Amino acid sequence: MTTPAFDPVIALLLTSLVGAAVLALVPNYRWSARLNILASFVTLIFALLLFRTRPPVNDLLLADDLNVVFIALNAFVGFTTSIFSASYIGHELETGRLTPGYLRFYHAMFQLMMFGMDLALTANNIGLMWVAIELATLSTIMMVGIYRTHEALEAAWKYFILGSVGIALALFGTILVYLAAVSAIGEGMGAMAWTNLLRHAATLDPSLLNIAFVFLLLGYGTKVGLAPMHAWLPDAHAEGPTPVSAVLSGLLLNVALYALLRFKVIVAANPGTLPVGPLMITLGLGSLIFAAFMLYRRRDIKRMFAYSSIEHMGIIVFAFGMGGPLGNFAGLLQMTMHSLTKSAIFFSVGHVAQVKGTQKIADIRGLTSSHPLLGWTLVAGVVAIAGVPPFGVFMSEFLVITSAFARAPALAALAAFGLMIAFGALFLRIASIAFGEPNGPKTPVRASYLPIFAHLGLVLIGGLYMPAAMVGWFQNVAGLLK
Amino acid sequence: MPPFAFDIAHMFAGGLVLVSFMMLYQNRLLALINVLALHSILLASSVAWQAHIQAKPDLYITALIALGFKSILIPMVLRRMIVHMGLHREIEVAVGTGMTMLLGIGLVALAMDLMLRVTAGASVLVREDVALALSVVLLGLLIMVTRRNAVSQVIGFMSIENGLILAGAGARGMPLVVEISVAFSVLIGFIVIGIYLFRIRERFDTVDLHALDRFRGERQ
Repeated sequence: MTTPAFDPVIALLLTSLVGAAVLALVPNYRWSARLNILASFVTLIFALLLFRTRPPVNDLLLADDLNVVFIALNAFVGFTTSIFSASYIGHELETGRLTPGYLRFYHAMFQLMMFGMDLALTANNIGLMWVAIELATLSTIMMVGIYRTHEALEAAWKYFILGSVGIALALFGTILVYLAAVSAIGEGMGAMAWTNLLRHAATLDPSLLNIAFVFLLLGYGTKVGLAPMHAWLPDAHAEGPTPVSAVLSGLLLNVALYALLRFKVIVAANPGTLPVGPLMITLGLGSLIFAAFMLYRRRDIKRMFAYSSIEHMGIIVFAFGMGGPLGNFAGLLQMTMHSLTKSAIFFSVGHVAQVKGTQKIADIRGLTSSHPLLGWTLVAGVVAIAGVPPFGVFMSEFLVITSAFARAPALAALAAFGLMIAFGALFLRIASIAFGEPNGPKTPVRASYLPIFAHLGLVLIGGLYMPAAMVGWFQNVAGLLK
Repeated sequence: MPPFAFDIAHMFAGGLVLVSFMMLYQNRLLALINVLALHSILLASSVAWQAHIQAKPDLYITALIALGFKSILIPMVLRRMIVHMGLHREIEVAVGTGMTMLLGIGLVALAMDLMLRVTAGASVLVREDVALALSVVLLGLLIMVTRRNAVSQVIGFMSIENGLILAGAGARGMPLVVEISVAFSVLIGFIVIGIYLFRIRERFDTVDLHALDRFRGERQ
């Protein structure tokens, strides 16, 4: 244990906040890219320190077993994305799609987004959590619109309007939770602290909690990208810079889902409430099957992987809806694996789109012949995300389906059906992208493979061998989720 | 709770619902902006009254933000924007006025029935306040759904936000209401600056969102 004066949570939050402020002042893009990597690395260190020392919980911030995993994942993917981003933006400058002025803005927004996400993950206060998620959303909207093309502006606008409506519904849900708590806990900050809410969960008004959860599910569910509130997601992924797509899919969706999980724990701890499982199962299965079919009609490569994210979020919400120790375990594992795999895919896709000069699937062919290393890493990523062994996504999807089969075979069959449909679509598309006669420019790619290999390596290890400590950790957290 | 204090709070909150209905049948942008200003003035009075009866002086800040930012500054900027950008002043609606009003009445009935039922344990002031706030939120959503024009969608969003601030101010002793109203003001500021600075009109030749759909990558 270190001295009590040092608080890794505060240090973590301050790093990205100061990083954002400094990056807003640095005009040279090479330096700002390096500083961005440095800030993300320091954040990662502080996040890992949380495993050793935890600050005491107060009314505003907390670090417990549940969020430490997400904070570490957040910091890790943030760090690798900052490395990828440094090589990605160099190319964007050369082609003139971005100017140094915009890059300064972009880097500041990147750290601001990391700050928002970390604050949302560490917030103990449900109002603060709401403000943090709004901040993270706002900064991603800014980055999505950064190319200022027709499509980018439309994507940003759509994201803005749908995201705002979602955030409004979530706030109403938050106010209702407070109203339910105020009679049991008393007025003031205490009634918004998650730890207090959980302690008094059994005495809160059940009917208010029910209504509140519906609002929260729809509100934060918009951010998670659940169908039918998903319309912003493919546009935002396809039209923004690829590092932003990687953090959107890998992190922001997780953060919104994490907020939902926090509320689910409270609602589930109250004996008088309706079970929330069926609601989550319906939305999850709906998103999974809808997105699986939509995968077939995609012509844009980033848009296709965006739909794949909707599909995976559907599986995860389905797993948490089924609940139970095994269902929650599978959901947590799937969140981690999806986040690592999907961001690795977006890293490769970013370079692919740069060397081929297009995002249209029809115009990208024979990648493994023209750019073997890049092509094969993309293939590996797609194999992993489609849920083929030995990768970790297979493990988690297998767990989701088997744990569901034991309790509701019909629902598990539906989920398995959705996974098969998605599997077919992904392989159909990757076959035409990766193999056959190569086309387009054959200029060698200056890619940074380190982030991609790090992510895929972790996913592979997760599929082959999970250390007992990791399994124990996840089981513990799954138990907390009820 | 003195009945007089409740009556005044009820009057302001009810007035907000009424003004939300006024938004539903406006078919001219400038008139809609005036109604928005009225909506925000009512919100400011309502929040100030809550600050008074709950003896929570920080709520006066929220009231001031509602008054200064949402009933004066934003309507002024929107008006200038319409004049400078030469926008169409008629609002294209997706659903007819009569139908919209009927839907609005249905939504208010739904909100009342739902909230009064689930808040049975709370004080009468809180119950009425939250029920009316949900009505304002739902009417705001209806405005956003039935209008195709970007400016009127922003106005619909602002009326949703007014409803949320009403709920937050009415929930007894809720902390962070001021911070949340500031966060919302930042959000709205961004939206308006977004329309203006990114020159959505220049890029799209229209602020009619229906036309924006054309540019979507997959419809070519």
